[in-house]
This record gives sequence, C-alpha cells and structure tokens, in this order.
Amino acid sequence: MDENNVLLKVDNLVMHFPIKRGVFQRTVGFVHAVDGVSFEIHQGETLGLVGESGCGKSTTGRTILQLYKPTDGHVYFGETDLTKIKGEELRLLRRKMQMIFQDPYASLNPRMTVEEIVGEPLIVHNLAKGREVRDRVKDLLGLVGLNPAYVDRYPHEFSGGQRQRIGVARALSLNPDLIICDEPISALDVSIQAQVVNLLEDLQEQFNLTYLFIAHDLSMVRHISDRVAVMYLGVIMELAQRAEVYNHPLHPYTQALLSAVPIPDPVVEEKRQRIILTGDVPSPVNPPSGCRFRTRCPIAAEICAEKRPEFKEWVPGHFAACHFSAKFV
Amino acid sequence: MAELLNVKGLETHFRTREGIVHAVNGVSFNLKEGETLGVVGESGCGKSVTVMSILRLIPQPPGEIVGGQAIYQDKDLLKMSDEEIRHIRGAQISMVFQDPMTSFNPVLTIGRQVSEPLEVHMGMNTKQAEDRVVESLELVGIPNARDRLKDYPHQFSGGMRQRVMIAMALTCTPQILIADEPTTALDVTIQAQIIELVKRLRDELGMAIIWITHDLGVIAGLADNMAVMYAGYIIEEAPVKDIYASPEHPYTIGLLGSLPRLDSERRAERLISIEGLPPVLYEKPNYCPFAPRCKWQIEHCLHENPPLMPVGTSHNAACWVDTKTGRHR
Repeated sequence: MDENNVLLKVDNLVMHFPIKRGVFQRTVGFVHAVDGVSFEIHQGETLGLVGESGCGKSTTGRTILQLYKPTDGHVYFGETDLTKIKGEELRLLRRKMQMIFQDPYASLNPRMTVEEIVGEPLIVHNLAKGREVRDRVKDLLGLVGLNPAYVDRYPHEFSGGQRQRIGVARALSLNPDLIICDEPISALDVSIQAQVVNLLEDLQEQFNLTYLFIAHDLSMVRHISDRVAVMYLGVIMELAQRAEVYNHPLHPYTQALLSAVPIPDPVVEEKRQRIILTGDVPSPVNPPSGCRFRTRCPIAAEICAEKRPEFKEWVPGHFAACHFSAKFV
Repeated sequence: MAELLNVKGLETHFRTREGIVHAVNGVSFNLKEGETLGVVGESGCGKSVTVMSILRLIPQPPGEIVGGQAIYQDKDLLKMSDEEIRHIRGAQISMVFQDPMTSFNPVLTIGRQVSEPLEVHMGMNTKQAEDRVVESLELVGIPNARDRLKDYPHQFSGGMRQRVMIAMALTCTPQILIADEPTTALDVTIQAQIIELVKRLRDELGMAIIWITHDLGVIAGLADNMAVMYAGYIIEEAPVKDIYASPEHPYTIGLLGSLPRLDSERRAERLISIEGLPPVLYEKPNYCPFAPRCKWQIEHCLHENPPLMPVGTSHNAACWVDTKTGRHR
C-alpha cells in the first residue's frame, strides 16, 4: 500500500433521491441517502465501509461509479473528476473501476453462459474478440478458482459461492485498479464466506487491487480492511486505521455498534457489557437536525440538536464526527 | 431438571423430481425445563426442517416424516391427530420465524393477530384478549401498546415487528419457544435488543428455548447446550463452553475457524475455509457425509457413517478420527 498515492478521493459527496407523488409526479421531498461524505482510498488499500441497512453505504459505492448522478460533491479518480465527465470519456475510465454485487443470484443474467457473462466487458470495451475472449475467460475462471471447463455453463448450475466467483471474474476481466465490493459475502454461508474473502485477499496481492469493501459484518470488515469508515444515516461518523476504530472508537455510535456484535466465545460473552441502543434508525427522508445519531445516542446533549458536528481529526489519521469525541481520546 | 421434550431418530424426506432428498436423517436430542438449546448449521443442513417436523409444519407432500418420535408430556407429537397438535402449537410450544416481513398477515391488524392464539387456545373473549395483548406488547417493549393495536404490520419497523412476533409467541406462556433464525434479518444493534429481550423473558417466564441459527456468535452468549448439524445429522453436541473451547468434529473446527473474531489481537493472515460444498443427499450415505471436504479423512470414513460417540462429559461427536491426535478413535 502506498500512503501517498491516492487512487480515489471522494469530496463532500451528496446523493438525494427525489420522492415523487401524484399525477404530475411533483417532487414532495428527498431521501437523504448520502449527505456529505468525504474520504480517500490509497493505491492497494482496502477501505471498509460499514453501517446498518439503509445507512447509505451501497448508495455511496454506486454514486462513486457514477451509476447515480450525484446531487453534489466530487469524486476524483486519479486526477479526473468523475462528476465532470460523461459519455466516451467516462466509459473508458469505467474499465478501471469495477463492482462486485451482493446477490449472486440476481447479478448474473440467467440466460447467459459464463463465457458470455465474464467475456461481455471485453467485447463491450473492444479488448478482445472471438477465440481470444474464450481463452481470456478460461484464464479468469482459473484465477478465481473455478474449473475453466465450465465456460459453457449457465449460472443456475452453480452454487452461491461459485456464482460469486463468477462475479469476481467478471470484475477482474478488464484489469481494474479499483473494485467496489458491495456486500459480496453477506448472501453466503459461513464456510463459503471464508473461501470468497480468502480469494479476494489473494487477488489483491497478485494484482495490487484497491478495494472499497462495503459490508455490515463488522468482524469480517475488521479482518479484510486496512482502514474502516463507519456510516450512519448518510454520514460518515468515524474513519481511522482498522485497529484504531476497533480498539479506541471515538464515536458513541461505533462504540454501541461494536458492543452489539456477538463474539463466538461463551466465556467472553458472559463477561461482556453491552451498550444497547434504544429505538430504530430514523427515516432518511426527514433526518434529525444537528447530529444524525442524537436520537439514539446515550450521551446526547443540547448542542447535538443545534449543530452538526464537524468531521474532525482528533488523533492523527483518526476522524470522528461527534461534539464529545475529546472525552474518548 | 426434568425432561421436557425428547426427540428420537427423527427422519424427514422430501420428494422432488430429482429423487428423494434426505433432509433429516435420524436426529435425537433432549430438551430440559428452562434449557436453551442452540442448533447450528449452514443453509440446507436440516436445522429448520427438524423443528418444523416436530411441530408438524412440514407441507406433506412433498415432505414426509418417515420415522422417529418426539415425546412431549408423554405423548408423541408426530402421531397426534391434527386437532391435538393444534392445541399444542402456539399454546405450549410456539415458534418465532426468521422473516418478520412475511410471517404476518398484511391485511389484519396487529391486535387481531396477536390476540388470535388467546381466543383459540385460552377461550378468552375479545375484551379479555385485548388486555392481555397490551400486556404482552408492553412486555416486549412496544411503546404506546394500546394505541398500536389497530396498526397493520407494515406500520412497524423490522425490529418492532420481530418484537410483536415474540409477543405473539409468548402470549399463551408456552413451555417451549422455538426460534428459527429470529435475528438474521435484523441489524446488529437491533439484534442485540432482541437477544437481550429474549434472555430477560426466559429468566422471567422460565421457558425452554430451541434457538436455530447459523451465527455462532449469537449462540455463544445465549445457549446452554448446542448441537451442530450437517447434511441432516447432528454431528456434534455438547455444552456451549465445551464446544467453543475444544471442538472435536472437523466441521465444527472449520466453522469456528472460518469466523474472524472482533476481539482477536492480531489480524489472522488467512481464514480457515472449508473447501467444497455441503451435499444434497438422495440416499442415506454409507460413508461420512463430511468426508469429501474433510482434511482428516481416513479409509474408514468412506465405508461407514460414524454415529455420535462420546468424546468427553456430555460431549458427543460423529467422527472416526480423534482430531486431537489424527488417529482412529
């Protein structure tokens, strides 16, 4: 990993989806899915993005790839601002950024063979044709641990873990620099999850890949990431080196989230003190004023309703958005 | 403690176009008063089919309970008339399902649905039932319970809906609560709330629980004893502390190894993955069903399916190999 070589820089990214009602599809409000998110990913690094369902982590991933047109903010890939380019220029850069999706059942076209699925990016980008495509697909299948003889099979002939490997092969086909992994293992069984995570780690080493690893499983994110960002209701609450986030969390949300994760050890579990949050995540249509977390926060005070906390660097490299993080430093 | 439920040699088959799938192949266990039994396994291992068979909730056909018994209060649940088992289901043994979205009737109010077991099993009139429902909803922590009786399931969040489901299961104060992956669809902070709630209710009401899950973390903090299932067999059973401290079966060892832990000090270089896939059994195997994925495999494993054998105090494992020494047992 190269600390100085920033591959992706996300600057104050905002994504609001309009809510339309009535015959004339008037906009009556906005879903504040992502509300001012900033971070950098270095070359060869894995940044874990964790949060509960509906916190905007997947939307962040998709908006980075310009699958949604962001409401505001910038996404710099190398020197280029992705929000400023379009058409052919964007299409060429997309080769360098690929995505692995959550659901291995829904993300592969059931009517296409493995060769067509994995080879399609090559054909679309005019990188190979005919025999070359087939050979390249066979190479890719070997890379992700599938038998190259499977090129003519259809997705339904594979198990969930194998399908996810096909998704990985497709993402690799264009030799990308950045892969956004959107919950790549949450639909898989425990023993299969480990297979796919090991594969992703091997490929990263082999091809110097950079990952944005989006997940809700905090133990797995801890295993795979170099740095971790914790998201809540469209905002990054905390961002730091992996060990810092897990051992010295500076945000009360991160603390509660970590304490809620069960540990597979009855002896440890017996002694653990949990911070049990009350209530549910508020609606992103009408998020709370000030700090987004204040409605469930055990240490919320008046200032939290009035002022949105700054995303501040409390310790070098350790950012948190809380008025009271100083307490935990 | 007195024995509450005694399941012996339970076997369930499903007729499919490809042949007869042997989903549960002779499962036996005991449940004592006030005990929490965790049943762990990956998808397709037969854990849900086991409990559904006990309550006779398996659709027949294609399902068929072909053998075994489930003795509850000196009677075999599997041989009862439909009328008799209806008096047990929901009243003395009740069940909480995985998906709080689909297990309610969307067009009936919550009040109506939760009061149904009271009216059916306890012969209460509407007014009595309503008071009792409000009581149970308050017990599981639904705010303003009385005002919410007229609400429909979609007006509750996922976590709240799972609370309502638990209230419904507990409203007749059953002796046994069967929970089939009740927190799998929920976020970790909500999962922690639900588990706290179940623990509290267990201590207050003194019921026994069968908790089915694939999450070894959840079980560690909740269960007294656990059974690990693979391919329709219980392959290891013991008090939770023993299993986590010294797992004996290669599959259990693999499962625990494939989990990254939130509290481990260093980043493990690689997760231990179990290569291959769980089998679908079209006939009863005369070999160990885990043998094809097992690195301890010896000759004997291919000729005879190992029964559960004692390996410690109330610790049984179905494996021909002593995994501590690598020798034949």
